[in-house]
Amino acid sequence: MAEVLVLVELNPADGTVRKGTLEALTAARALGEVSAVVAGGPGVAAGARDRLAEYGASKVYVAESPEIDEYLVAPKAEVLAQLVAQVSPVAVVIPSSPEGREVAGRLALKTGSGFLTDVTEIAPDGTATQVVFAGAQIVHSRVTTGTPIYTLRGNSVTPEPAPAAGEQVPVEVSLSEQAKQTRVVDKVVEQKSNRPELTEAAIVVSGGRGVASAENFSIIEGLADSLGAAVGASRAAVDSGFYPHSFQVGQTGKTVSPQLYIAVGISGAIQHRAGMQTSKTIVAVNKDPEAPIFELADFGVVGDLFTVVPAATEQIAARRG
Amino acid sequence: MNIVVLVKQVPDSGTQRSLDPSDNTVARATADNVINEIDEYAIEEALQVKAAQGGEVTILTVGPASATDAIRKALSMGADKAVHVTDDAIHGSCAIQTSAILAAALQQLEYDLVLMGATSTDGQVAVMPALLSERLGIPQLSGAQKLTVEGSTVKVERQTDGGFWALEAPLPAIVSTWDTINEPRYPSFKGIMAAKKKPVTTLTLADLGIDPATVGLATATSAVVDVTGRPPKGEGVKVTDEGDGAQKLVGYLVEQKLV
Repeated sequence: MAEVLVLVELNPADGTVRKGTLEALTAARALGEVSAVVAGGPGVAAGARDRLAEYGASKVYVAESPEIDEYLVAPKAEVLAQLVAQVSPVAVVIPSSPEGREVAGRLALKTGSGFLTDVTEIAPDGTATQVVFAGAQIVHSRVTTGTPIYTLRGNSVTPEPAPAAGEQVPVEVSLSEQAKQTRVVDKVVEQKSNRPELTEAAIVVSGGRGVASAENFSIIEGLADSLGAAVGASRAAVDSGFYPHSFQVGQTGKTVSPQLYIAVGISGAIQHRAGMQTSKTIVAVNKDPEAPIFELADFGVVGDLFTVVPAATEQIAARRG
Repeated sequence: MNIVVLVKQVPDSGTQRSLDPSDNTVARATADNVINEIDEYAIEEALQVKAAQGGEVTILTVGPASATDAIRKALSMGADKAVHVTDDAIHGSCAIQTSAILAAALQQLEYDLVLMGATSTDGQVAVMPALLSERLGIPQLSGAQKLTVEGSTVKVERQTDGGFWALEAPLPAIVSTWDTINEPRYPSFKGIMAAKKKPVTTLTLADLGIDPATVGLATATSAVVDVTGRPPKGEGVKVTDEGDGAQKLVGYLVEQKLV
């Protein structure tokens, strides 16, 4: 059976397999027999193998070298290009993070292939689905050159276990000088949080201009924590200094596609809609009954967020005991 | 310090955008076109580096003849000159093909630093720094929230979830910027007037030594099969809070099994 390569992303904090990778393993099964590729520092694959096997990896290629994490993006693309040459896979599937897309682009040039980013679905014949222009249009596309490379948008596919052998195959790493140009000197974590990551979360609660201050964002965080949700912010809220940019949802921030998106005090400008329009269920709280966010909302409350949201938080917390 | 800033003209993201039904490419002719917003931050950063270190800022754009509007905007902010690659054969090119055109144009220019916005609001592919790095063999420092040039070294803070990575590479290098990096200036009246006299060099594929058959829709590395409008969402429920808004909201979440 044809082999499909999936590039593995691990959580930087604890080395576990990220949800986006489980989604990629699940989506890749439509195309053939799945092989996971772990590329990172020495020992990085040990904690990941079982999980990868559980989610359908017949093989786990292990490329370990301290140099892979010391340099930006290029080493992983070289490792993948080497594997593509060795095993001639029918396709390569990569989670759609900033690094994932950049690896995909480099790999495409190295292997003379085409690539499609941010796909939400891959059909058995290789046709991929993309949602473009702030969710206005759905496009089906095919790669017409070389080995198709896809990056899969987070939360587009539900991860499903499919136990496989997970046979470990070591890969020898020898990087070119060109792959060692941009050195990663330090990885700085500024905001430590126990909340799920924005692009992975099943539920996202976002605040906008209506939240009115940085202090008031504790109301958004309170609702998020009662639901086990991630916190997001609109550009207006970020530009006003209410919340850090890395939590911005929208055209110039993150694109999220959770099961439930709760927009609080967000008017729903196109800039914001571009980042959340494909959420499965959208709930909005806004005092302006004419706010465009209500055109998108499955359920909307016209009201003062400062009374509605704390009351809702209390009721949810009470239900959850 | 010679700095080249890559600037793209895109359909205004605040308007209704679409694909041209005749060939499924971005409908640019009928759109309200503007400079890609995030590119303004790259231009501003280039102007700040120039102010500190001296040198020249060149704008490089690939796009239809009408893309001169975006180029003039960049020049009115303070860039010195521009190169506009335009050729009918480019229409419908994929990112891989566009990167070949940009790389060929860059090879004709002198540069120490190439700057661009981290993504474009139309395609949102966000891989051009990686593609150009691969093609030109120079380092990629993408997603910058901060940039410093020290001698022949460029240092960047690459924005990540909840923090950043500190990156370092030798010049020449390619850097892409997020909108956290600075606050772009508005063109002054003087700047707008001056921009009209600044040199804009127009190049065709032939000038770059590129065979037109290798770019454009017919030989793109991916192809659109079909395009459909997203099915309209069913009419949602909207309630007005009369003291029971929270209860109704939670009731909805429970009914949808979301709590």
